[in-house]
Amino acid sequence: MLVQQYGLIGVFAVIAFIFPIVTLAFTWLLRPKRPNPLKNSTYECGIETVGDAWVQFRAQYYLFALIFVVFDIEAIFLFPFAVAFDKIGLFALVEAIIFVFILVVGLIYAWKKDALEWQ
Amino acid sequence: MDLRALGESFVAMLENVGIPHGWVLLINWILGAVILLGVALLLAIFLIWFERKIAGRVQDRLGPNRVGPYGLIQPFADALKLLTKEDITPDNADRITYNLAPIIAVFHIIMLFAVIPFADKVVGANINVGILYLMAFGALGSMAMLMAGWASRNKYALLGGFRVVSQLLSYEIPVGLAMLIVVLMRGSMNLNVIAQGQGGLFGLGWYVWILPAVFIMYFVAALAEGERAPFDLLEAESEIVAGYNIEYSAMKFAWFYLAFFLNTWVLSAVAVTLFFGGWQGPFAAQIPALGVVYFFIKVFIMFFVFAWVRATFPRLRIDQMMSFCWKVLVPMGLALFLAVAIILKLGLPSAVTYALLFVVNIVILVVTLKLLGNYTRDLPKNKNKRLFAPELPRL
Repeated sequence: MLVQQYGLIGVFAVIAFIFPIVTLAFTWLLRPKRPNPLKNSTYECGIETVGDAWVQFRAQYYLFALIFVVFDIEAIFLFPFAVAFDKIGLFALVEAIIFVFILVVGLIYAWKKDALEWQ
Repeated sequence: MDLRALGESFVAMLENVGIPHGWVLLINWILGAVILLGVALLLAIFLIWFERKIAGRVQDRLGPNRVGPYGLIQPFADALKLLTKEDITPDNADRITYNLAPIIAVFHIIMLFAVIPFADKVVGANINVGILYLMAFGALGSMAMLMAGWASRNKYALLGGFRVVSQLLSYEIPVGLAMLIVVLMRGSMNLNVIAQGQGGLFGLGWYVWILPAVFIMYFVAALAEGERAPFDLLEAESEIVAGYNIEYSAMKFAWFYLAFFLNTWVLSAVAVTLFFGGWQGPFAAQIPALGVVYFFIKVFIMFFVFAWVRATFPRLRIDQMMSFCWKVLVPMGLALFLAVAIILKLGLPSAVTYALLFVVNIVILVVTLKLLGNYTRDLPKNKNKRLFAPELPRL
């Protein structure tokens, strides 16, 4: 039963991945191909491009990603907890509350450290 | 007409012809996958027309009305045009990543269709980790957009790509918390089981009546996850032209466009499944075909609200958007999670539990809105202060 369900996902994944590739190949046959240097240059509102786009960027984005990882791990822990909620006792609930409490402390720390500010 | 019986009789027919069981399974899977793909593509074409019509009416225009009756053929004409357009790859671009990005964008959004229950057990793959599957494949979308933004080697595209990552990652947490609370209520991650649990007369068993604050949290976060106004900063036309897809043209652009519309549809479908009873409706349990009708009506009403919001509201500033997620939605979601978990563990009779859940939801919602209101009222006074700085004793 279970294998049947995942089998569909496997077949579906292959088809869903090949389909856009086939379409792109098909348009390659249909479309005109007349490139020129001006057409292939980077489009930045018609003004000539100054400097490279691959530069060092702000660490702010990295900070958000770092905080996100913490909360994503929370999801990994809390989803099994939520599924088994009816079968587990009061102790597990207390554990989950402590877990969320630790997360909240982390959130408040990041907040106080201005990690959540977009400067 | 019974859809399940139709599928079973098809399998039986194939086995009677004398095809081995393994091949019958494979044929079944391929058929299911092709049907799902067809549904997704037809939906995308129709949704583009639907949204353009709504946006037109909201802005006192007619919307597409030239090609075919009510402009219904317009998306087909657009698709044909995009198919035959010249495809430009910038000389500077990183070719492999640049070409892979639209493929992954389509791949991830079509994969999401596999677990959405269209009617009772009429679902591509009835797996018991449906919610995790949705979260996993949903997160792949930000990957495709970051790839597109980075590989274009264009400053606007790069900024768009970074905004995608910060916005979609941040708003995934409220969406995940809302899903978590529904899983807590039902005790299962199977989307069909979640929809089954919301029966009852005249939709009284829908979770939106029991958990209104959770639904509102999901809806606001879903607006951001679907890259829609007021949270469409990652493709803000007036700031960064079009964001990550600025260098894309022809069919590659069409794939991003399609992914954008289908993403909103999937978010509406998940909202309907989690909060509005999915395929539930009069006689839906007996006749699955009727469930499909109810499901699509509900999802299109939900999609209409998304399109309505998009056509109505102006755009937020990026710092406001990030603050709103981390300082309003995430604490609210954690508070709701703890409240729901504790109330469910009290062991009260179910009617009392539901009433208590409703009251607690309303209280948390009102407190959040009150804090937000206080903040906006005092905005001129503390312009330089941080948003909602928590008052803690200095250590």
